[in-house]
Amino acid sequence: MTLENVVRTDSPPLLKIDGVGKEYFGNKVLEEVSFTLEAGEILGLVGENGAGKSTLMNILFGMPVIARTGGYTGRIEINGREAAFSSPFDAIDAGIGMVHQEFSLLPGFTVTENILLNRESTKYNPLVEVFGERIRALDRADMTKRAKSAISKLEFHIDSNTVAAEMPVGHKQFTEIAREISRDNTKLLVLDEPTAVLTESEAEILIRALRNLAVKGIAMVFISHRLEEVVDLCDKIVVLRDGRVVREAEPKNTDVYQIASWMVGRKIEGDHSRRVDREDTEPILEVSHLWVDMPGETVRDVSFTVQRGEIFGIGGLAGQGKLGIANGIMGLHPAGGKVVFDGKSIPLNDPAHVLKRDMAFVSEDRRGVGLLLDESIDWNIAFTSMQVQGRFLKSYLGGLIQWRDDEAMRDAADRYIELLEIRCTSHRQRAVELSGGNQQKVCLAKAFVIGPKLLFVSEPTRGIDIGAKKLVLDTLKRVNEEQGMTVVVTSSELEELRAVCDRITIVDSGRVSGIRPANCPAEEFGLLMMGAQDIAAAVER
Amino acid sequence: MMNRLKQFLISNSVPIVFVGLSALAIPISGYSAGYLVQEMITRLARNSFLVLSLLIPIMAGMGLNFGMVLGAMAGQIGLIFAINWSVVGIPGLVLASLISMPIAVFLGFVCGNVLNRAKGREMVTSYILGFFTNGVYQFVVLYAMGNILPVTSPQLILSRGYGIRNAVTLTGLRLALDRAMNFQFKLGDFTVNMPIGTFLLIGVFCLFILWFRGTKLGQDMRAIGQDMAAADSAGIAVERTRVIAIIISTVLAAFGQVIFLQNIGTMNTYNSHEQTGMFSIAALLIGGATISKASISNVFIGVTLFHLMFVVSPTAGKELIGQAQLGEYFRVFVSYGIIAAALVLHAWKRLRERQASRRGLRGETQG
Ligand SMILES: Nc1ncnc2c1ncn2[C@@H]1O[C@H](COP(=O)(O)OP(=O)(O)OP(=O)(O)O)[C@@H](O)[C@H]1O
Ligand SMILES: [Mg+2]
Repeated sequence: MTLENVVRTDSPPLLKIDGVGKEYFGNKVLEEVSFTLEAGEILGLVGENGAGKSTLMNILFGMPVIARTGGYTGRIEINGREAAFSSPFDAIDAGIGMVHQEFSLLPGFTVTENILLNRESTKYNPLVEVFGERIRALDRADMTKRAKSAISKLEFHIDSNTVAAEMPVGHKQFTEIAREISRDNTKLLVLDEPTAVLTESEAEILIRALRNLAVKGIAMVFISHRLEEVVDLCDKIVVLRDGRVVREAEPKNTDVYQIASWMVGRKIEGDHSRRVDREDTEPILEVSHLWVDMPGETVRDVSFTVQRGEIFGIGGLAGQGKLGIANGIMGLHPAGGKVVFDGKSIPLNDPAHVLKRDMAFVSEDRRGVGLLLDESIDWNIAFTSMQVQGRFLKSYLGGLIQWRDDEAMRDAADRYIELLEIRCTSHRQRAVELSGGNQQKVCLAKAFVIGPKLLFVSEPTRGIDIGAKKLVLDTLKRVNEEQGMTVVVTSSELEELRAVCDRITIVDSGRVSGIRPANCPAEEFGLLMMGAQDIAAAVER
Repeated sequence: MMNRLKQFLISNSVPIVFVGLSALAIPISGYSAGYLVQEMITRLARNSFLVLSLLIPIMAGMGLNFGMVLGAMAGQIGLIFAINWSVVGIPGLVLASLISMPIAVFLGFVCGNVLNRAKGREMVTSYILGFFTNGVYQFVVLYAMGNILPVTSPQLILSRGYGIRNAVTLTGLRLALDRAMNFQFKLGDFTVNMPIGTFLLIGVFCLFILWFRGTKLGQDMRAIGQDMAAADSAGIAVERTRVIAIIISTVLAAFGQVIFLQNIGTMNTYNSHEQTGMFSIAALLIGGATISKASISNVFIGVTLFHLMFVVSPTAGKELIGQAQLGEYFRVFVSYGIIAAALVLHAWKRLRERQASRRGLRGETQG
């Protein structure tokens, strides 16, 4: 206590969160949260899905949703002065930048235009005297320069003339961050799961860039479910559980497993059970000489066969094309080659056809758009299946009248709420009110309910907290066994693939560098990822 | 390669159909090349300015703006005063434009504010607003002028002492701009007149649009056109900017109507403006524009194709079926039809885009 007085004589901290609490309609999501942050410091904020991380940052950033739902309690100070922002603009003026869990880029604007949106460089012309400042002409050259300098701080190459709609997800993320740091007065940067959509190598680049920014004096709140990078990057870690700070720690005194157990309140076992070898059945999907023109994930020449009832993994390093395969087969990017599904060949570049053939896809890019946000959880889970398969309907008068079967919908929703531990008040809660990770669980549940013959899932555990990852993977296995659904999982986490798949193919430079049973040693997969087929083959022999 | 060709054909299907139709109709109509070239030059000069005035609201995501009819009314009021005070020639046209400007600004301001309350339904709303304003216009022109407003010229006023005549001859203003810098050349044995002055003005307008796109205001409009919510959260004054877009369009439409009428030479006080909106919008759509995307080239291609049909279809109809009336029906049918089709097509495309963006994410089993 006496020490505190000594500290007081120093200048006040950049950010002080003091006893902050928040309720959504009587549901306490934050309680007595307190911590401080100094200039140039990086604070890692971790916690399970729904622990209240995004909510806390929304309060800090003055998001309107907070005031609309009754405001918050407690006090936030910036440089010793109370900061109760009524809108994000006030927060921006005060030097706070925020990268949200969802994107907010304009699809038709270039990287430059997006980075400098509403902060464009302009040139004077005489018409200004008559029509005012807004008639100033844009100074494209200067804008490009400013955008490039913001991008270069991230040490990641993006062409500043690319249109946002044509960029891979990772590039969009870098663009958003570049936008936040391109403001001159930014001194606090809030990053809500910035690495969730990045591949591991992209994430590494980002981490390095953030470290550089911190050296320049920018403080950061960094939210992530990848605990390794939190430990790696942050100076200080705050663990939230059920809306309370349960621990504040320094990374050098702790490790990933300890943090995880603080988050969940119990011990997490690190290993997953591996599947037993299975008999070969007939092939359900035969892919030969597939190429896909997906920006940043080009597939050049890929052939493989998936057996009926199998869980097939696609792995590989970032940008080598593993994500392109599912996107190409589902017709979302221009593709060529031959794909035979269930005995019949599939026309490529025709998404509607593929869906009719009883295949489904949960894409890696599922932020924001995957759900009917204003509808309830059960409705979201059941809707597509109802529309397409006529399930969750009760028929009367020999099918003349069809009525929604609320009970069946509720049962299905409750089952997945339990299996995936979707954190919600009930199946009637609207999707918009769920935390990011829980929305993703709903996305997955929806695909499971449809129960297609073949399901493509890309990056199934992105944005899912470490405790819930196993649940998601277990549910995947369970659906595979119970419904006999064939699953093709694409993931950048090899361990995840090895835990859930029967066989894994590794993609390198747009080509298959090898297909191995999942119980092969990890080193062998590692070698295949480096493109060293020959060595890997030698090791095998 | 095949794909790109297919894409090109699909996205330009409307102009291609019209090129095809014209290619069939021109030989049947039997018009000479010189005659058709003259007609197209005249009509390009007459209509392009009006059609160009539609581009800026499209850029701001407000769709095809029937609010331009309001501008046309303002232009006509300007012309009435210029004639009343017997200012002729270019000065007369300038005066008419100057008078129409504040009226157009006011009408545009009202229109823009109404449209801000009807986001996403701008086309229908502006169409209805046009009807409503037409009532006010008729009241002003039919009762107020000569009564309250100082319009006295017997050339304008009905014999009862107030109200403007139905057909007003634009004495002294007719072709004032077109003849100002006329250029003649021979095509076959046909002498073609080329109104250089008018085309210069249109050229200036095109340059203005290109320049405007590169201003801060233009950039804000493009941002709003793409995503209103994102623009709003970036701090762009969405509603104000939308009002400005409509005002610019309305004022330019007023100028456009002055140019249009000086070429025709007579003004149908109670009808001229009504057709303006419909025909301009139809022309733009035929030029390959959509509700959310339109370029300067769409304007010129559209005006040419639409009016080519205008010119050749009556004679072609007569030659084929022996009825000139058919061609007349045809072009009215075409203009309404193309607008309806554009609306349906737009709604369909939007639906498709939304489905496409969801499809990948939702695991649907049907397109
Ligand atoms: N608008 C809202 N209305 C009602 N409840 C909400 C709303 N937004 C969030 N919540 C609830 O607040 C809790 C905390 O959500 P928050 O988004 O802060 O979690 P999070 O820690 O960011 O999780 P994740 O890691 O999944 O992103 C959740 O239980 C969520 O359901
Ligand atoms: Mg969150």
